[in-house]
Amino acid sequence: MKVGEFAGTGALIRLILRRDRLLLPIWIALPPLFVVLVVAAFVSLYPTAASQQMLAAQIVNSPGFVALLGPVSSTTIGGLTAWRSSLFVAVIVAGANALTVIRHTRADEETGRYELLGSGVVGRRAPLSASLFVTLGADLVIAALVTAALVAFGLPVAGSVALGLSFAAIGWTFAALAGVAAQLAESAGVARGIAGAIFVLFYVLRAVGDANEQSGQSWLSWTSPLGWMHLVQPFANERWGVFALFLGAVIVLVAMAYALSSRRDVGAGILRPGLGPARASPRLRSPLALAWRLHRRTLLAWAAMFAVYGVMIGYLAKTSADLLAANPQLATLFAHFGGVSAYTDALFTLSLTFLGWITAAYAITATLRLQSEEVEGRVDHVLAAAVSRLRWATSNLALVVIGSAVALAAFGLPAGLTYGLSTGNVGYELPRVLVAALAYLPAVLVVVGLTMVLYGLVPRLSFVSWGVLGAFILVELIGETLQVSQSILNISPFNHVPTVLVSGVSLIPLVSLTLVALVLTIVGLVGFQRRSIG
Amino acid sequence: MSVIEIENLTKYYGKTRALEDVDLTVEDGEVFGFIGPNGAGKTTTLRILLGLLRKNAGNVSVLGADPWHDAVALHRRLAYVPGDVSLWPNLSGGEVIDLLGRLRGGFRQSRRDELVERFKFDPTKPCRTYSTGNRQKVALIAAFIADVELFILDEPTLGLDPLMEAVFRDCVTEVKQAGKTVLLSSHILAEVEALCDRISIINEGTIVESGTLAELRHLTRISVSVETVRPVTGLSELQGVHNIRVDGARAHFTVDAGAINRVMEHLTPFDVRALTSAPPTLEDLFLRHYELQTGESAQ
Repeated sequence: MKVGEFAGTGALIRLILRRDRLLLPIWIALPPLFVVLVVAAFVSLYPTAASQQMLAAQIVNSPGFVALLGPVSSTTIGGLTAWRSSLFVAVIVAGANALTVIRHTRADEETGRYELLGSGVVGRRAPLSASLFVTLGADLVIAALVTAALVAFGLPVAGSVALGLSFAAIGWTFAALAGVAAQLAESAGVARGIAGAIFVLFYVLRAVGDANEQSGQSWLSWTSPLGWMHLVQPFANERWGVFALFLGAVIVLVAMAYALSSRRDVGAGILRPGLGPARASPRLRSPLALAWRLHRRTLLAWAAMFAVYGVMIGYLAKTSADLLAANPQLATLFAHFGGVSAYTDALFTLSLTFLGWITAAYAITATLRLQSEEVEGRVDHVLAAAVSRLRWATSNLALVVIGSAVALAAFGLPAGLTYGLSTGNVGYELPRVLVAALAYLPAVLVVVGLTMVLYGLVPRLSFVSWGVLGAFILVELIGETLQVSQSILNISPFNHVPTVLVSGVSLIPLVSLTLVALVLTIVGLVGFQRRSIG
Repeated sequence: MSVIEIENLTKYYGKTRALEDVDLTVEDGEVFGFIGPNGAGKTTTLRILLGLLRKNAGNVSVLGADPWHDAVALHRRLAYVPGDVSLWPNLSGGEVIDLLGRLRGGFRQSRRDELVERFKFDPTKPCRTYSTGNRQKVALIAAFIADVELFILDEPTLGLDPLMEAVFRDCVTEVKQAGKTVLLSSHILAEVEALCDRISIINEGTIVESGTLAELRHLTRISVSVETVRPVTGLSELQGVHNIRVDGARAHFTVDAGAINRVMEHLTPFDVRALTSAPPTLEDLFLRHYELQTGESAQ
């Protein structure tokens, strides 16, 4: 390894800071903000040690919820905060780190921006080094801010440091993982897909491990960095040694990324795509067929992830039901709330809430493809042929709608099937879980409609749709713990989705949401037809 | 009926003026050159002709139709090569050619195979691996397979090697012979000189010159090199003589077309030994307008 391979890293770091001057502060601010809200909620709702312990006991005795969000290490405010915030912060931090690293390595190579830099005094390893430096640094800032916020609320310093560092550590892990993914794939999209799939895999490993804590399979949690976050046990007996695992993983991954980067050409990946067909298939003859070609890979990848999530939830529901059946004491406790089936329904309902948000995120990426096609200038070819703007846009939107429905069904089918098989009543469980999942489609479409309004009227601000989704999620998360007024809760379309498993299908909210989505989409389409392209 | 008619076309991007009072007419069956420096407004004009951009003022008609309102029907009758060819990274070149041909309303397979062969194009690679020149070939083949009345080409030879540029010129000549109209935007002047019947020069959003090449030449200066027995003096006092450089017995200068006679009379007393004159190239025309502009803005 020669020093020259790192030449220009400093200049590239400044370039990244300049390019990400808006994004970086936003994703650095989100985790501390979220943690503050969670602590505030717990402090106001569970002021006494007794009430905190009761809440913790409820969680610990619900293996399904432990699986979804992770185990509770301590029954104090600190422990509850760590439990409640770890998954969400992990999603934000892991996502932001991976996207930032890929954006400044593979995406730059793919678009050719790197050619200009690489011909200057910039070493082969400089882009990777610079993006890792920025992300690892940003993670440390997050750790410091989270620690400071927790200490300011009067929580123990050791636990605060441990929780803050566990956030940074998961960020580091995914920055390093993305560094490897960026070497393997030739396109940024595939690299992001690899990082996303690995996150899902780690989540499933941790969830299954934590669900089986009592039956001795918790070793699975040790195979997942998302499990390590909880194994640090912030605010209990902090296990500082777990950070050595994180550090080891990061070192191995970074070394791997560097080794791979020396073995390939600029612009090429380790995984080489093959040749394509010399002629287009006869079906590739309409904007809809083109949209299918462009959406299909992402759609199938998301559907596969949703199916894995569905199997996992179905399995968790079964394990939880078994556990309750085996424990008469717990069974009597839950009898008050409607018995085992009510418990599993609540578990499904909670996991469907997450599913709705994730599907909306998918729908936004799919809708924003309209914008990327326009910004990259590819839409010019299509619109300069005999294709109207309306036909092009609606072809893509059709794929967004179908894709979201397929994704929701990809969860609902295996979840209902797995659970139904375990209870021996597939004919009953499968349809209701599937319908409960599909009930989220209208709310997802409202988010699509809002994205279309932005794209049609002010395309430059299309990315604000992510902020809108974030706000909806925040309203839901906070509203759940703090007693927020109903009018604020009503802002979020997800708040209007009927909880099918608990109270059955109600058509009015579904129809209203669909109408709202339709009106928003039409407004966006009218705006799009009236403005200049590009 | 002209194929393209533009009157007083004005376009603003926010507060930046991109085009002001542009007039342009392209007649049926001609190859029309549209030249100008980078950022002069060529691409903006062409994208308005395709209905991709909204104009702020003026009248535009393409093949007798309004490009903003009748885009789809109009696009069946024209083919377009964008200035910056960006393709779908995971489609192969062959797939893109077929798709674009079909979206315009179909093409003959034999014509497609012939063009792929002539441009020596490998259609099996994914588009993300193509160089600029190869991406350009995709757009050119997709355009020339079309049996349409009008071709709108925005700097179509960008990144092509000289051999492929020759193939491109053959293609333009063929469609012209078949009676089609071509609007060719370019700043490769040799190409425009070789292909175009008429040209317009655009700079900073306004048309500064229009006409046939012969007409434009007539308007501009001839460059003269002269060798005399006695060194030439007094050239700078003559009207219509510019860029004088006297180098002993040799003198180089440019002269306005109308002043050539007076200059010859002035030179004879110095005993002319040799004299060469060259008609202005398009390059000279272009540079002259360019200098005028920058000269004005410098003042």
